[in-house]
Amino acid sequence: MDSTFEGGFANPVFDAQTSFRAIMDALANPGTPHKLAETALAQGPLKVELASTLLTLSDADTHIWLSETLRTEPIEAFIAFHTGAPLTRDPGRATFAIVASVDELPRFDEFNLGTQEYPDRSTTIVLAVPALSGGADIVLRGPGVNDHWHCSPIGLPEDFLTQWVENRELFPRGIDLLLVADGHVIGLPRSTRISEGH
Amino acid sequence: MTTTAQYNFAYLDEQTKRMIRRAILKAIAIPGYQVPFSSREMPMPYGWGTGGVQVTASIIGPNDVLKVIDQGADDTTNAVSIRAFFAKVARVATTTHTSDATIIQTRHRIPEKPLGQGQILVYQVPIPEPLRFLEPRETETRKMHALEEYGLMHVKLYEDIARHGRIATTYAYPVKVEGRYVMDPSPTPKFDNPKMHMSAALQLFGAGREHRIYAVPPYTEVVSLDFEDHPFTIQHFEDPCALCGAEQVYLDEVILDDRGGHMYVCSDTDNCEERRAAGHVGTLGMQEAAE
Repeated sequence: MDSTFEGGFANPVFDAQTSFRAIMDALANPGTPHKLAETALAQGPLKVELASTLLTLSDADTHIWLSETLRTEPIEAFIAFHTGAPLTRDPGRATFAIVASVDELPRFDEFNLGTQEYPDRSTTIVLAVPALSGGADIVLRGPGVNDHWHCSPIGLPEDFLTQWVENRELFPRGIDLLLVADGHVIGLPRSTRISEGH
Repeated sequence: MTTTAQYNFAYLDEQTKRMIRRAILKAIAIPGYQVPFSSREMPMPYGWGTGGVQVTASIIGPNDVLKVIDQGADDTTNAVSIRAFFAKVARVATTTHTSDATIIQTRHRIPEKPLGQGQILVYQVPIPEPLRFLEPRETETRKMHALEEYGLMHVKLYEDIARHGRIATTYAYPVKVEGRYVMDPSPTPKFDNPKMHMSAALQLFGAGREHRIYAVPPYTEVVSLDFEDHPFTIQHFEDPCALCGAEQVYLDEVILDDRGGHMYVCSDTDNCEERRAAGHVGTLGMQEAAE
């Protein structure tokens, strides 16, 4: 079976709604995992969570930046067929950046950070990580967090906290980050303040 | 087989929903910032809540339970029509009970009962720009938000004090969200402003005619603008609700006759009904008949 045509959502309307609510709840409650619709099929290195997010949010109006191992003919054909989204090689033009692993993730400030007048035009980075818990403890504060919240995703950049502080300082500009693994998504909107846990 | 044309689930087509969903995500990431979106024609006139309806249509799923209120009431035209609309196009369950609802669409009130985690409050917003009556040009208000230049708003509140001796704004009272954006809480009475602060519910705002969506995530600081010597205060009512005897709630005046007779009753009908069912009686209320 040619997987270009297969692998979309089994129920496009309801699966997209399920995944959207997971992503919305994830950004509204930073650090908490929410379950994505999993009826999409993985396309090689394009994991099911990445495919699900793409199918939920992207269309002809969104520029997609793919990390290096995702720039394959079958994946590009899959995205073209199911979403019609244009691809870009320039991270500064990306609406969504789909990143297969942390090794392929550019620095946050290479993406579109939005403008002071239109901060909503910034890139949303969707990063596949090995797991959403079990790593180094980080503490989240800010909108959506009742006082503070601990989480410990594995597979963040080594200088993540420094980069995040720089990103937070740009507020209201800045990138938003979605971490996906094990069928779930964690949201880290630009408004979140992150510090090292103990 | 039916010959009637079927609408997509929740009326809107999927591409429109995606566009609105992307706007909602950015709105949540930048609390209080108004995200432009491409508002659609809805099968109801502008001013009837087309912004709120589009937001609700984009987030609602088959398992949601929807409540719609208009000035606190579940049984007014706007609320009944929108509830019937979603019962028809999304076949979702509807309720009038605040605590049973997962999504509450509102026109200008926040329910008296505190909202819980996981609940979503969708506001219908007529004019989303708090600075619009002070500065009519969008290019200018956008720059003012970008530069965090809100002096004009304080001048407006100060002029209230100079003229009336107090801040005379009673509804659509401007708030500052998370110390950054000044936001219009939609024309809710200022009585409801404190409920927005650190609410456990997600608050989404849709302005259909003005093409804007904005949001306040749960547990977010929402502070009403004021001055040290003229602190923000909410409306105070002398008497409790005439039907259920509730205090510390927002009351509507109801005219009883043409000789000046009137009474004050709960604006939140669900809260009033629940209290009466629990046996609370006001001065003009009647004891609920025992079941």
